[in-house]
Amino acid sequence: MENFTPVSALAGGALIGLSAVLLMALNGRIAGISGLLGTALFGAPGDRAWRLFFLGGMVLAPLVMLLVPGEARPSLAVDITSSWPLLIIGGLLVGFGTRLGSGCTSGHGVCGLSRLSARSLIAVLVFMAVGMVTVTVMRGSLASLIAGGAS
Amino acid sequence: MMRNLAAGLAGLIFGLGLVIAQMTNPAKVLAFLDIFGAWDPSLALVMGSALAITAIGYRLAWRRAGPVLGGEFALPSASQIDVRLAAGAVMFGAGWGLVGLCPGPALTALTIGGPPVWIFGAAMLAGMVAFRFLPAAGAKPA
Repeated sequence: MENFTPVSALAGGALIGLSAVLLMALNGRIAGISGLLGTALFGAPGDRAWRLFFLGGMVLAPLVMLLVPGEARPSLAVDITSSWPLLIIGGLLVGFGTRLGSGCTSGHGVCGLSRLSARSLIAVLVFMAVGMVTVTVMRGSLASLIAGGAS
Repeated sequence: MMRNLAAGLAGLIFGLGLVIAQMTNPAKVLAFLDIFGAWDPSLALVMGSALAITAIGYRLAWRRAGPVLGGEFALPSASQIDVRLAAGAVMFGAGWGLVGLCPGPALTALTIGGPPVWIFGAAMLAGMVAFRFLPAAGAKPA
């Protein structure tokens, strides 16, 4: 747990929640990013504009962070070790899977769970479990834990 | 126009939240999913915090007859738990675990993550396009 960052996690999560509440209170919409993306791409023209604004705001956020003075600025690190083929396979799975399953970490995880949606609860449990299994297999974490315990 | 600006502001706040929580860093996300390795529970707090605020805020928002800027509250009506939902979640979980990016962080990291994020983002869009044009899958609105 050496990299545990509870304060920034709680603060960042609060902002994500605030964003979801604002979008509901002002526009009456769910802040599910995969759904916003899919509809912004393929929806009727009238459905696109506000979604593109939301997505644009998300893309610009790190640039706003650059205005924060160096010492107070949160880490903008993006550490990716995956090979190009893995990036492509992962991207395809995330893109197709979130549309097929009607949501991702934001739509099901934040908005759906807070509406007490049973569908979202199942989706979250499944994608969390599969994500954990995937990382465990890719990193061999369980194998090394067992090997470490045995030695 | 007000609705667009409100959405832009909400998107900006969402992105700032992701950056502050370091959810734009795949290493951080993978460390959360690596429960048998050097586990980092931070993402659970991000989710918990976001959930608590949303659960309370939604109920306050719903006290009004409709959204402040007009229109109606648009909530998903689907309630069936089916193969489609589960299969989608399995695929998403696998892709998420392979790279450590989900749709929100992938978007927000576009400006700071460089080529790996662009490749992932392009593949993610391709996956959405594939879904759209797969007749059996794309027929139902998602």
